[in-house]
Amino acid sequence: MEDKNQWPLYEVFVRARGGLDHKHTGSLHAADARMAIEHARDLYTRRQEGVSLWVVRSTDITASDPTDADSLFEPARDKVYRHPTFYEIPDEVKTL
Amino acid sequence: MSAAAVSAGDEQLLRYVLRLGDLSLVLGQRLGEWVGHSPALEEDLGLANIALDLIGQARFFLGYAGEIEGRGRGEDEIAFLREHSEYCNPTLAEQPNGDFGQTIVRQVLIDAFQLELYEGLISSADERLAAVAAKAVKETRYHLRYSSGWLVRLGDGTAESHTRVQAALQRLWPYTTELFAADAVDEAMTERGVAPSLAALEKSWSSRIGAVLAEATLERPADRPYSWYGKQGQHSEHLGYMLTEMQYLQRTYPGARW
Repeated sequence: MEDKNQWPLYEVFVRARGGLDHKHTGSLHAADARMAIEHARDLYTRRQEGVSLWVVRSTDITASDPTDADSLFEPARDKVYRHPTFYEIPDEVKTL
Repeated sequence: MSAAAVSAGDEQLLRYVLRLGDLSLVLGQRLGEWVGHSPALEEDLGLANIALDLIGQARFFLGYAGEIEGRGRGEDEIAFLREHSEYCNPTLAEQPNGDFGQTIVRQVLIDAFQLELYEGLISSADERLAAVAAKAVKETRYHLRYSSGWLVRLGDGTAESHTRVQAALQRLWPYTTELFAADAVDEAMTERGVAPSLAALEKSWSSRIGAVLAEATLERPADRPYSWYGKQGQHSEHLGYMLTEMQYLQRTYPGARW
């Protein structure tokens, strides 16, 4: 059940500058999405941290179950051949 | 900026710039009183951000006022060491915070005024004022977005929130007449192309405010005859208490820095 005395929780994603992806920065309480954007602007971009914001209701995020970690992530551990380490990365590529 | 751009000893320009600066300074100080007391942590930061924008604007205006005055006073001396009757903010700005709703009503009324004002000042014949306005107009657009968003939430919210903001609106509305009451200083500034005409500002302010009030389902109070003179230095009882707190540090430890 949602707590009626508390605004719902939103997760905040900030794009630091054009060309980069939105990164999860934190969360905040807001009555709705518009207010969440305003709060995100005031809380997370006041030192010029970003050029774009995403907010999403925390309850709309489906997370993997930590107890499933063994079956979800362990099998990838011994498959080093999946790392693309055989390519040479050109100097011009900064943010791969 | 060339030194020639500053018209030293221009009394009317000085008066006008002090009005701009004191409006931002006094309103910024009022908003600062919310820090640590807001209804939510997020609002605490929101109000503090607006307060800092306003104090930033005040620094530009009051610093410029010091240059026009030409007596060697800087922004700090002007902000913190003047007497009560030397402040030139309109009386609305110094009205107490009241509850959150009253703070929001005061904010909407002034944000909409400053937005119209700065949009007009961008094309001011005074380069310094035009430059400050160009920066401040972006801040002010956000301030109004924030405050009018809240006014709609509260006005069109619960019966309790509606009653409270309607009461705050009735209480503060009479002070808005002063914003547009042009005196000799305002008229001279408009004539010289320094300031936009207050009559024109009033028209666009009024329709902007009308739209916000309608969306907030609030009733627009009737206009009252002009009865406040804060711009001329005659203030309500509230400014003195605010200044006592605001000036305490500078008066107790003159020239203190940290």
